Amino acid sequence: MLTVIKNGKVVDPGNVVGHYDVWIMDGSVDEVVPSGEKAIPVDAEVIDAEGLLVVPGLIDVHVHLREPGEEYKETIETGALSAAAGGFTAVCAMPNTKPVNDTPEVTSFIVKQAREAGYAKVYPVAAITGGLSGASLCEYGELKRAGAVAISDDGRPVEDGQIMRRAMEYAKGFQMLIISHCEELSLVAGGCMNEGLTATHMGLAGIPNISESMMVIRDISLAELTGAHLHVAHVSTPESIEAIREAKKRGVSVTAETAPHYFTLTDEAVKGYNTNAKMNPPLRTEKDRQAVRAALADGTLDVIATDHAPHSILEKDLEFNRAMNGIIGLETSLPLSLELVRDGVLTLEQLVTRMSKKPAQILGLDNSLTQGNTADITLIDEHAEWTAVASEMHSKSTNTPFEGWALKGRAVQTIVDGKTVYGG
Amino acid sequence: MKLRNKDILDIESLSAEEIGLILDTAERMREISQRPVKKVPTLRGKTIILFFHEPSTRTKTSFDIAAKRMSADSISMAASSSSLVKGETLADTALTLEAMNPDIIVMRHSSAGAPHMMAQRVKASVINGGDGMHAHPTQALLDMLTIREKLGTIAGKRVAIIGDIAHSRVARSNINGLIKMGASVVVSGPPTMLPFGVEHLGCDVTGSADEAVEGADVVMMLRIQKERQENFLFSSVREYSRNYGMTRERLMRANEGAIVMHPGPMNRGVELTSEIADGPWSVILDQVTNGVAARMALFYLLAGGRDADSD
Repeated sequence: MLTVIKNGKVVDPGNVVGHYDVWIMDGSVDEVVPSGEKAIPVDAEVIDAEGLLVVPGLIDVHVHLREPGEEYKETIETGALSAAAGGFTAVCAMPNTKPVNDTPEVTSFIVKQAREAGYAKVYPVAAITGGLSGASLCEYGELKRAGAVAISDDGRPVEDGQIMRRAMEYAKGFQMLIISHCEELSLVAGGCMNEGLTATHMGLAGIPNISESMMVIRDISLAELTGAHLHVAHVSTPESIEAIREAKKRGVSVTAETAPHYFTLTDEAVKGYNTNAKMNPPLRTEKDRQAVRAALADGTLDVIATDHAPHSILEKDLEFNRAMNGIIGLETSLPLSLELVRDGVLTLEQLVTRMSKKPAQILGLDNSLTQGNTADITLIDEHAEWTAVASEMHSKSTNTPFEGWALKGRAVQTIVDGKTVYGG
Repeated sequence: MKLRNKDILDIESLSAEEIGLILDTAERMREISQRPVKKVPTLRGKTIILFFHEPSTRTKTSFDIAAKRMSADSISMAASSSSLVKGETLADTALTLEAMNPDIIVMRHSSAGAPHMMAQRVKASVINGGDGMHAHPTQALLDMLTIREKLGTIAGKRVAIIGDIAHSRVARSNINGLIKMGASVVVSGPPTMLPFGVEHLGCDVTGSADEAVEGADVVMMLRIQKERQENFLFSSVREYSRNYGMTRERLMRANEGAIVMHPGPMNRGVELTSEIADGPWSVILDQVTNGVAARMALFYLLAGGRDADSD
């Protein structure tokens, strides 16, 4: 079965950039040839990508799909569909489900559910410690065999330095990536938004920047000591960025991500006690936002991930300090990230690197559009104008601070293993 | 002139003119409380729910008396007796209260912003009776009423606020209101008790209580919550009172005729000595009296609207 994506602008950084036709044979990339150079057989399925960007499938290394256990917020099926609608061909599902993904059985269940759903691929991330308790190490080898691509206690830090050290050492033996939720809880001390003037005005307890960066610095030190590969989740502060930048210079094996809300919004979005602007780490100040943008540009922050965190009104329609952290993000990530290109912060190639190539590399995958690679491809209309309406998106939850925003750019077709799973 | 908003959620959303209107109205209300029959029929048939989700005796009593003197029907609803302890969300409580058609809901809550949440969900006016560390607008209004009563005017006066500024909704509302009405404000307390960015609130800041009192016309002491000791905001009551407590000696640095205020309940011997609390400079009980008048004024402006004198 031959499929040809013709006339699109291919952006595959480090491989090809320009007008190419992408030939897909039986689910894999067969050839990438300059547009029109090679006659397309009449029996081929043709996707006309005139005016569209054709990029290696976007990968989101940080989502919460809530299944098993909180299916009223999201299921693997709705989450994977939402991902596909946002242009993602693969997502990494964090382990803070109920039960926690700390056994091969839960990992296998997630793999099975995702395969049955058939939208974006779902790569399970297993827990570092049993029950996210911070107390005992999970079986990283068994988890990897069941399909886990990384380990993380996301949502909670591993507070004990010795346990984190052992986790890194042990994970290294299985070439398992460690994704760290960096947070010094003693400094959070009941805080529920960024420590700043907005919090002072609103009478809400603040969370200082260093509650994040102190733990980033600890984990970098541990990664340096153990040689493990550390990936820092959801970076929001210049202090963390500086620590990561220096660590990279020293040759420490560290990568890092940030989320669209950190380079788009500031803590002012919380005004009016808007719980859809409550997340962890919290939205910071304009100075922090600018630092995040600069770090995406210079590559200190390798990856844009969403931290897609669906919650229902049961968790969000509450007093601000009682509401849970997190927002959905899969379907707003691409347009908000394209804004960085329009603002001149990133080139289009850098954007594809941050949302596709680099996430793939971190997971040990090669998603270049080269012969033999799986055909995971996203077609993007970078000029499409639309209004964000959560109820029209595919997630089960609607907790977004971007409701009603006029957005520009969206995925129009998402192809996984050569098959269209969204749009087209 | 009328109030622009249906609710009184914080001082920020009131203009100087609106504050002036409330204080003028409150001054006329004060007289009602001195009559042999302390009641006017103005708010007959109006329903006021006092929804206190946090323990309070003084503020609740003050609101209750204010409602009764205006002939409104006031109903108390405490957290311990409400369905909140049975797991109902605030959003559902709001819908339930709304279904009973109250005219005003007075609300105290431990979460900052909870009255905002309520106000968005009900047609009734919501008066914030104190929410978390955010705001206590009626306290600020009664404090401003007291300053105006005792010193004639607020504009141009120097007000020192001393104590745990960071965790005080009274301080936040007063800083905002006093500056809006033309006073200059200085705050003082140990650095652990000063909020982030306090210097950007439009007031002066000093770590020295002596310096804060220097040249002040009003000295406002904040209540120290002894449980704050567990959060490492101060090490001992003795050291706190020595450095930040009001004594006669320290008060001598203030302007002649300066008044001493306290939102209550006070810890004698901690924030101030008994000599200060009971002395001629103390207007602490006048604040309580004015609290009733200020709350009557708000009820009147929100639920009545007609001139009080016509009744």
